[in-house]
Amino acid sequence: MQIGYFTERPYRWVPEEELFRNQAYFAVSNRFFDRQKGSDDYNYYLDENCYAEELGFDAVALNEHHGTPFCMGGVMNVEAAILARITSKVRIVLVGNPLPVIKHPLRMAEELAEIDLISRGRLVAGWVRGAGSEQFFNNANPAYNREMFNEAHDFIIQAWTRPGPWRYEGKHFRYRHVNPWALPYQKPYPPMWIPGVLSLETVKWCAEHRYPYVGLGTAVGPTCDLWDFYADEAQKLGYQAGPENFGYLIPTFLAETEERAQELGRGFVYGGGQNAFSRPEHTLPPGYNSKEAIRRLAKAPGGSWLGVSADKLRQGKEGRGDENNYDEVRQKLLVAYQKAQQAYQLIIGSPRTVLPKIKTLLEVLRPGIFVTFAVQGPVSNKDRMTSMRLFAQEVMPALRDYAKEIGLRDPIERTPGSVPIASDVSRVPVVERGPLAALGLR
Amino acid sequence: MPKWDEETVRTGGVDLVMVKGGSGKPLVILHDELGYTGWMTWNERLAEERTLLIPQQPGFGKTPRLDWIQDYRDLGAFYARMLREMGLEGIDAIGFSAGGFIAAEMAAANPKIFSRMVLVAPMGIKPAAGEILDFFSLTIRTHLRATVADPVTTVEFAKIYGGEMTPDQFEAFEDARTETARLGWDPFMHSPSLPNRLEGIRMPTLLVWGQRDGVVPRGCVEAYKDVLPQAQIAEIAAAGHRPEIENAAEFARVVKNFLSA
Repeated sequence: MQIGYFTERPYRWVPEEELFRNQAYFAVSNRFFDRQKGSDDYNYYLDENCYAEELGFDAVALNEHHGTPFCMGGVMNVEAAILARITSKVRIVLVGNPLPVIKHPLRMAEELAEIDLISRGRLVAGWVRGAGSEQFFNNANPAYNREMFNEAHDFIIQAWTRPGPWRYEGKHFRYRHVNPWALPYQKPYPPMWIPGVLSLETVKWCAEHRYPYVGLGTAVGPTCDLWDFYADEAQKLGYQAGPENFGYLIPTFLAETEERAQELGRGFVYGGGQNAFSRPEHTLPPGYNSKEAIRRLAKAPGGSWLGVSADKLRQGKEGRGDENNYDEVRQKLLVAYQKAQQAYQLIIGSPRTVLPKIKTLLEVLRPGIFVTFAVQGPVSNKDRMTSMRLFAQEVMPALRDYAKEIGLRDPIERTPGSVPIASDVSRVPVVERGPLAALGLR
Repeated sequence: MPKWDEETVRTGGVDLVMVKGGSGKPLVILHDELGYTGWMTWNERLAEERTLLIPQQPGFGKTPRLDWIQDYRDLGAFYARMLREMGLEGIDAIGFSAGGFIAAEMAAANPKIFSRMVLVAPMGIKPAAGEILDFFSLTIRTHLRATVADPVTTVEFAKIYGGEMTPDQFEAFEDARTETARLGWDPFMHSPSLPNRLEGIRMPTLLVWGQRDGVVPRGCVEAYKDVLPQAQIAEIAAAGHRPEIENAAEFARVVKNFLSA
């Protein structure tokens, strides 16, 4: 199993009231950006990733968001390029580059090739469509998001594999001279892991391309459903999916004592947490979702990872929040904080309590890639590093043993899609739903 | 009372759904970026004297989407082909909001395509002052409410959008928003070259604008007037972006006057 470390690199200094007032992280005014603090943070987060390497994580994962204190990685490839040089062992996993938002696949092919070369073959490329808000920030037409994603991906593969120069005339991208001089270190190109928040279309696409799908803190029951869907699609394509086809990333925070962990772990719901990533009008720009996804959404009142639900959309309240109700909001968030822990959506505690919870997740979801997502909110560098150390020293060794015991092979050990299967035999299960009921999970 | 019906017209490689109603000389109506809202008082009034032809824009749920239509100029060309194939060139036209953009594109490409053209709060030209409301950054509910000066007292607004939105309505609006984004996301609901292409056309034109329009600023009307100096302007007091439902009587009066002149 590959064990990775991930942080959103949160900008931790925006007063929580401002996030409440804005009802989201996205679109908080950058007048709250302090250049000195920002400079310190960028440097610290690079050091933090070096520390992850020192502690024995197999991978460090980066992502990209724009215009938000939720994540400072506005240009992830810059950080990846630095890490390529200042680390020496860890895989640098990008989860991922938002292709339709950047709108320049040739440049992307060049940037990633350079990073892979500098790191001597440690890059794992990952692609995303970009959250709804990124479409606004980058003025990327959301109605062409999926088309641009597919076209950019296919183009990059070609740019890395087909000797140039050649000419490209696509629907969304056109290049008269494709001949990127630098090609990736890894042949024919870096592995690709695809992160997602349970879009059926993306899961299907991953199965077709034999790419591992990495669930980003997705609810456990629905994640099982999607992975079964992946495995069914895989069988239609003639291969048996296994742990090498799946990854799971989950918010995790540890401290020496349970009390301390619970107190600091609240950073995950600071300002509303990931449900306050962006307001509904920014989360769901026109055409961003497929017609099928819109149909599902229109009928699902409950909500999803990014907090979008038909109910919320119908309320359609926009702009600034009610200034008198912050205490009430905080109370609600604390309730949500507890519920998320019960649902295994947040793993918080001392090493003693965290280990069995993660083992349960591994048992149920059987991922070949497991990534911890560091705490958000105003938690000090020291406390963040303590959490990393406790995980690496007191949890990780036991997880590695357990993964070996239950056969969680990762995509480095076994190439995803390399185990053939006939269409008329029953496939090997990819998830173990047994423990779900006892845990109160579906 | 004039009747209306839906029929299918085979044109431009697609089965186009057309709402048809009334009697008399034909008048083509180009609906706005949110889609056709149904037969209302203003339709009833105009249908007393004219046969209304209301094509349902491709991609808005009823008429299939056409992949080759990538901007409003393409869409204008599609509708021009429809009129040519139906033998209706020289017809009178009304375009609402983005429908005004479409009509202006058609007029710019062929100054004889319409005899008379009514543009109601038209998008399509970058406003001389102010901005077109960025409705892509709004939820559908907020966008809808922004289209009238007063959602509470506008009777027909409640008739169209009142109550809880059903999953079907939600889907229809998302279809409309999606297709509108495909065509008008960037540049946002205008064409930088349209003023130059439109300038000098002598087509009789009426610009209708509600004085409390929160979607299309008066600057758009002024920008049209700059390149079409022959255009008349009819402002409707107390109305927002949908003067046709906010003050149907006044709307029908100014349009009828203009079309029968």
